[in-house]
Amino acid sequence: MNRLKNKKFIDKIITFFIIIVAYVVTDVLNNMGMVPSLISGLLVSFCTYSIIAVALNLVVGISGELSLGHAGFMCIGAFSSAIFTRYMKFLGVENIYIFIIAIIIGALVSALFGFLIGIPVLRLKGDYLAIVTLAFGEIIKNIFNAIYLGYDENGFHVTLKSASALKLKEGGFFIIKGPQGITGAPRYSTFLIATILLFICVFVIYNLIDQKTGRAIMALRDNRIAGESIGLNVTKYKLIAFTISAAFAGIAGVLYAHNFHTLTASTKNFGYNMSITILVFVVLGGMGNIRGSIISVVVLTILPEILRGLEGYRMLIYAIVLIVVMIFTNSPFVINYRKNLKLKFNKAKGVKHE
Amino acid sequence: MSNEIVLNVNSLSISFGGLKAVSDFNIDIKKKEIYGLIGPNGAGKTTVFNLLTGVYKPEAGEILLCGENIVGLDCVSINKKGIARTFQNIRLFSNMSVIDNVKVALNEHYKYNTLQGILRLRKYFECEKKMDEEANNLLKVFSIDDLANVTATNLPYGKQRKLEIARALATRPKLLLLDEPAAGMNENETKELMETILKVRDEFDMTILLIEHDMKLVKGICERLTVLNFGKVLSSGNTNDVLNDKEVIKAYLGD
Ligand SMILES: Nc1ncnc2c1ncn2[C@@H]1O[C@H](COP(=O)(O)OP(=O)(O)OP(=O)(O)O)[C@@H](O)[C@H]1O
Ligand SMILES: [Mg+2]
Repeated sequence: MNRLKNKKFIDKIITFFIIIVAYVVTDVLNNMGMVPSLISGLLVSFCTYSIIAVALNLVVGISGELSLGHAGFMCIGAFSSAIFTRYMKFLGVENIYIFIIAIIIGALVSALFGFLIGIPVLRLKGDYLAIVTLAFGEIIKNIFNAIYLGYDENGFHVTLKSASALKLKEGGFFIIKGPQGITGAPRYSTFLIATILLFICVFVIYNLIDQKTGRAIMALRDNRIAGESIGLNVTKYKLIAFTISAAFAGIAGVLYAHNFHTLTASTKNFGYNMSITILVFVVLGGMGNIRGSIISVVVLTILPEILRGLEGYRMLIYAIVLIVVMIFTNSPFVINYRKNLKLKFNKAKGVKHE
Repeated sequence: MSNEIVLNVNSLSISFGGLKAVSDFNIDIKKKEIYGLIGPNGAGKTTVFNLLTGVYKPEAGEILLCGENIVGLDCVSINKKGIARTFQNIRLFSNMSVIDNVKVALNEHYKYNTLQGILRLRKYFECEKKMDEEANNLLKVFSIDDLANVTATNLPYGKQRKLEIARALATRPKLLLLDEPAAGMNENETKELMETILKVRDEFDMTILLIEHDMKLVKGICERLTVLNFGKVLSSGNTNDVLNDKEVIKAYLGD
């Protein structure tokens, strides 16, 4: 029994270790000016996408439900937190505590939406979640693309019409200016904070999996009918997984929003393309494999940048690499081959295999 | 054996389309009894289990578990009331380890919440330790404790059946329903299974209703039987009497 405990435990520790070592090494090299600017500009993005990929893995890999709208939750986290920090900046308050509050706001607002969407949808059997989340993601993106939010001496003003319809008084300012989004939110997202958040995310999800609730979530993924027959409440456990996932997607959004000078809800940022990209991270890294998700984020984020020199062939090569890796990690033939290889390796080392 | 009645079913009926899958089904099972439900293929045996566990809602009839009517409750609530089951076509949590299959069925009986688990508070370690112990004891009853860390799907068939019974027992039921527990087992495995079922009855004071085609097992351990044919009770009573009933012989041998 202790061996299995150890296996899960070791798996977790390896991931923690990799994150910390990767951070320290990159940071030291970065301070020495030895990290190419191409990569040093991506450090926060690595963490942002790792967080959302791990979050989605909780839904897709651990809970066995398909969500095609996780970029929507990221969008909610991004805007809700940036509205807050932009407003606080207007009031002249800019410090790390504001960012911590912003992170909590992003997580909670996103979790709330996850919960509200999850209640009706997760009761249904089948792929309803995929359809509803897809629609949700698009709606959220379009709302934030159309909304005008301003502040002046009379307080907040909101409209979906146009900038002038807001009728801001002298001395007022736009928080969200329609398609131009939020400009000038403080750039709080540092590599250190992003790494800490990734660490928290990984910590929470590993410890969620290896406990009562996590076992119930996985049991219902493996066999819903058997799960019900031993008294597991399907809606409750699916909802827990989905809400926690939405919260971390929101946190990824907070990081994203405070990494750039402007925040817009474009198709590229938060559309279904983004949701699919996140899904690709998860599938490529392996369903339910937390470490795999992170590694696949790093690889797939660097790859297009490295291939930039190849111009037109860039996306072609990207696609080919994707297919090859997909086959390598997911084909039963290759999986068996790797299993045998591992067995032989263990035998050579004299390890007894179960 | 005490005379306390654990399960009492009166005129239970359900039909699918025009087919009367189960009609006017009655049964009463006493505490610590091992009761057999037999009948030809398609007779409606599994449907009875599905009615008892809330998978289907009966069109008529009542199901009293220790005197309480449980008709209309869903699967989850019925399990909490005290009925656990296995499935004719095995349904394990196939990607989980053997011990986790059992531990997850213990969920109701160990109280720590999700947050305590995430933060790894003392309560988590205390409960997990006890859960490990109880799960391990259950695996020992079925002599599969040495396979605790194996992924369920990699177990040989006979052991998968045993694990399913262990999992059902982990919910601490009052009544255990076994749907063809010996299916696919060889003679030795079946013999061993019979002993295990008796052991479960004695160690856990369990009341057991089982569906089985293997007559050796039925004769060997069932005290009473009910025979179903075309959804109706053909005969019921003491095992030997029922098996010598002319109607039953006719139904089984097809004249
Ligand atoms: N959900 C359903 N919808 C329609 N018909 C059903 C359904 N479930 C069972 N039946 C039908 O009810 C009848 C009884 O089926 P049931 O599975 O209870 O038989 P059984 O006695 O368990 O048979 P076996 O020994 O083969 O397991 C069969 O004719 C079956 O086709
Ligand atoms: Mg059947």
